[in-house]
Amino acid sequence: MFTTRKQYEPYVSPFDPCVPIRVKTYVTPPNLYIPFQPTNLPQFPLHEALRKGTLWKVFYDPYYGPYEAKKGDGA
Amino acid sequence: MWIYEKKLQYPVRVSTCNPKLAKYLIEQYGGADGELAAALRYLNQRYTIPDKVVGLLTDIGTEEFAHLEMIATMVYKLTKDATPDQLKEAGLDTHYVNHDNALFYHNAGGVPFTAAYIQAKGDPIADLYEDIAAEEKARATYQWIINMSDDPDLNDGLRFLREREIIHAQRFREAVELLKEERDRKKVF
Amino acid sequence: MKQLPKEYYELLEQLQMVDFALVDLTLYLDTHPNDYQAIQQFNQLAQQRKQLKKQYETTYGPLQQYGNSYSNYPWNWDDTPWPWQV
Repeated sequence: MFTTRKQYEPYVSPFDPCVPIRVKTYVTPPNLYIPFQPTNLPQFPLHEALRKGTLWKVFYDPYYGPYEAKKGDGA
Repeated sequence: MWIYEKKLQYPVRVSTCNPKLAKYLIEQYGGADGELAAALRYLNQRYTIPDKVVGLLTDIGTEEFAHLEMIATMVYKLTKDATPDQLKEAGLDTHYVNHDNALFYHNAGGVPFTAAYIQAKGDPIADLYEDIAAEEKARATYQWIINMSDDPDLNDGLRFLREREIIHAQRFREAVELLKEERDRKKVF
Repeated sequence: MKQLPKEYYELLEQLQMVDFALVDLTLYLDTHPNDYQAIQQFNQLAQQRKQLKKQYETTYGPLQQYGNSYSNYPWNWDDTPWPWQV
């Protein structure tokens, strides 16, 4: 399944004093996949568009932090 | 000229009096990849870029000022009526002794804003690539601030701002495509 | 100290909603100047925006000045609250 969250596993040395983060995540936002926006792409209704920060659904890619209980698709 | 509109672009809310979050947010006010730098960068590039992307630079630059006002509003609300003790606890004591509760164009580390944050190469492609990079850096900064914040209302506004960076990056990439003049050619063939 | 009613926030968000679509469409049209449908949508929203502005200003005062809005007597442009205060 496609995701804008990508992961990699950094090298962990036995001499790294901080508790190792074994899987690191980074974001590849939707704009990277659309070289030039085609016409007539599906839109959000206006009230949702404002809340989401984009009129076009294809660019919507919200980010949540670790302190948020929501969907949790943040890094 | 510019005309001010007496409303925010987005309904900004914060949940608690929390000067610590204001301290982080200042990065997007007077930092290298902040909204002020963005606005000034794009509006300044307009004078030396092909006509067909001047409109885009004008409009995104103008929107950045609306974002600057949103950040200022967040900082204002997070610190409004905070006592010197609360500011001290948030690590804003050094800010307070110089500025009281006033906003100042500096980054989260207290480094004052400088024009050196804004590149202007005069080469349309170099400048637009700079803009794309600026938008991605601002998007990343919003992610890092969201990671530090436990304020759901603040994060809601920050998510809006982060999403706008994605849209702006998209439009700047399209501007590069327009300058390549490949799209018109396809239509002719 | 006057407080704004619930209706203020609702009407403000209505305006922000339409204006947001207009901003996003503006940026889109800057790189897609030949999208006829998008321009139609833009003009429709611009008209809707005009109505909302009128409605908002009648109750809550001018949104712009330098002559882009009418003024009451006395001059009400600098009446509180300012956007960051609400």
